[in-house]
Amino acid sequence: MSSDTITEPVPQLAEAPAELKVVPARHYARWAAGGIVIVLVAQFIHGLATNPVWEWNVFRDYFLSETIVQAVWVTLQLTAYATVLGFLLGTVLAFMRLSRSPVLSTVARTYIWIFRSIPMIVQLVFWFNLSALYEELGVGIPFGPVFWSVDSNALIGTIGAAVIGLTLHQAAYAAEIVRGGVLSVDHGQLEAAAALGIPRLRQIRRIVLPQAMRAILPTAGNEIIGLLKGTSVVYVMSIGELFYQVQVIYGRNGRVIPLLLVATAWYVVLTSLLSVAQYYVERRYARGADRTPPPTPLQRLRRRFVTKEIS
Amino acid sequence: MSAVMVDVHGVHKSFGPLEVLRGVDLLVRAGEVTVILGPSGSGKSTLLRTINHLEKVNRGWISIDGELIGYRRSGNKLHELKEKDVLRQRTNIGFVFQNFNLFPHLTVLDNLVEAPVSALRRPRREAEETARRLLDRVGLADKADTYPRQLSGGQQQRVAIARALALEPKVLLFDEPTSALDPELVGEVLDVIKDLAESGTTMIVVTHEIGFAREVADTVVFMDGGVVVEQGPPSAVLDNPRQERTRAFLSKVL
Ligand SMILES: Nc1ncnc2c1ncn2[C@@H]1O[C@H](COP(=O)(O)OP(=O)(O)O)[C@@H](O)[C@H]1O
Ligand SMILES: [Mg+2]
Repeated sequence: MSSDTITEPVPQLAEAPAELKVVPARHYARWAAGGIVIVLVAQFIHGLATNPVWEWNVFRDYFLSETIVQAVWVTLQLTAYATVLGFLLGTVLAFMRLSRSPVLSTVARTYIWIFRSIPMIVQLVFWFNLSALYEELGVGIPFGPVFWSVDSNALIGTIGAAVIGLTLHQAAYAAEIVRGGVLSVDHGQLEAAAALGIPRLRQIRRIVLPQAMRAILPTAGNEIIGLLKGTSVVYVMSIGELFYQVQVIYGRNGRVIPLLLVATAWYVVLTSLLSVAQYYVERRYARGADRTPPPTPLQRLRRRFVTKEIS
Repeated sequence: MSAVMVDVHGVHKSFGPLEVLRGVDLLVRAGEVTVILGPSGSGKSTLLRTINHLEKVNRGWISIDGELIGYRRSGNKLHELKEKDVLRQRTNIGFVFQNFNLFPHLTVLDNLVEAPVSALRRPRREAEETARRLLDRVGLADKADTYPRQLSGGQQQRVAIARALALEPKVLLFDEPTSALDPELVGEVLDVIKDLAESGTTMIVVTHEIGFAREVADTVVFMDGGVVVEQGPPSAVLDNPRQERTRAFLSKVL
């Protein structure tokens, strides 16, 4: 090491012994607070594990039961469809709102205004009762004759109505998230793309959106997690998603608390998976944004391990 | 004398009430280097941006190699071109920005390949070959797979020049290509531009580097207040300016 290159002692330390021991500051208050919190948490966990109200045996029986797993699958499907369709429509709306055409931007602005104003549950019930309003959906000339038509409830179905409701609601929020992302991209990027003659759609897909993703993803992650839990309101449409199914079961057997725990545990698991996925997607879109990309959790662990060995 | 490559004719441009270009005429012949000098705010950037139609002109017209930019003429009417056609015209006009504007999320190679593939529909492999050759030419053959932000400013600007060259444009426009660089990095970028000048590339360069102008320019143009005040060979404009405004400007920057 470099210690043998120092020929003269540093003045202030001239009289000090060869080795100085560092005594870390003692944080008594911090330790006391930590101790109290640990005791409280332990008490809580103990209560959770041993108090009979929780009925863990019931939880165990239902957590992986076929009905519940099926319901989780429905919840996931609703989330996936509403996310994909909602963000597709939202992206279109975002670019409409940003466009120079006053017609397009007004339509987008109005859509966002209206669908952000309607509570999701109101909208869902509305779609559920759609057939009362439009008994038939038809194809034809606008305001003119109809060539082909179908009973709207048969065409859409309850799940379809739920997906439509969730999508339309989600699109309004997604539009603003995407618009924010697009506005965060340096104007010079579009200018450079235009100067290179890159076609308009390609400018958006290849140059603007990937860079906008950095600003879009954190908020979009929030939205998708919110949507996952938000699907629980479609229980009002008697769709067999997680929350509805749990209610059906405890309506039958009266075991309310353990079954709510089943739903809670599943929502926690799914949200955790989404958070992990979000981390990796964000990392992917961070490429080139920094001089050195952030490490994966695995790399971070390994690094901690390796530096421990060295020290 | 070689053919006219860039013809700027009576160009006026206003932003709201502010008239930024007040009747600019400029001729650039094929293979020539024109350097534009002038104080900040005199309309140099605006002029360059009208040449590749990033800004629309209010009056006058611009043609490159005989083709009107941004308009189609029939009789004595000018019809505005669709965006698609303007984009096609721009592939003939390379533009190098003051602050590079490289695409940070794409590798250096992808920065060079993007426009030839998407705008000119070149096969990707062919575009990559051209890109590697150009990177070699600007001395960055080993940087193909890095991301722009991992490069120094000088290296980024050299990539930006290579990116503009990848379309094999008829003319290259530079808007203060070295103004965002640390002084020690200016030389490497100017060397690349000089090299291009020697190989006969038609260029219009806006810069404050008088030494560069003297050495490389065929024509020096001095702009002030939205008009061309004086133009001619460097020996005339730089060493024996006839206009008082040119003299005043040169005494400040020299
Ligand atoms: N998009 C714009 N909107 C309004 N004013 C502008 C715009 N672009 C440039 N200007 C104004 O036009 C004048 C000339 O600008 P510019 O062409 O950038 O000058 P130069 O490049 O010679 O410094 C400046 O006063 C500037 O503020
Ligand atoms: Mg300028």
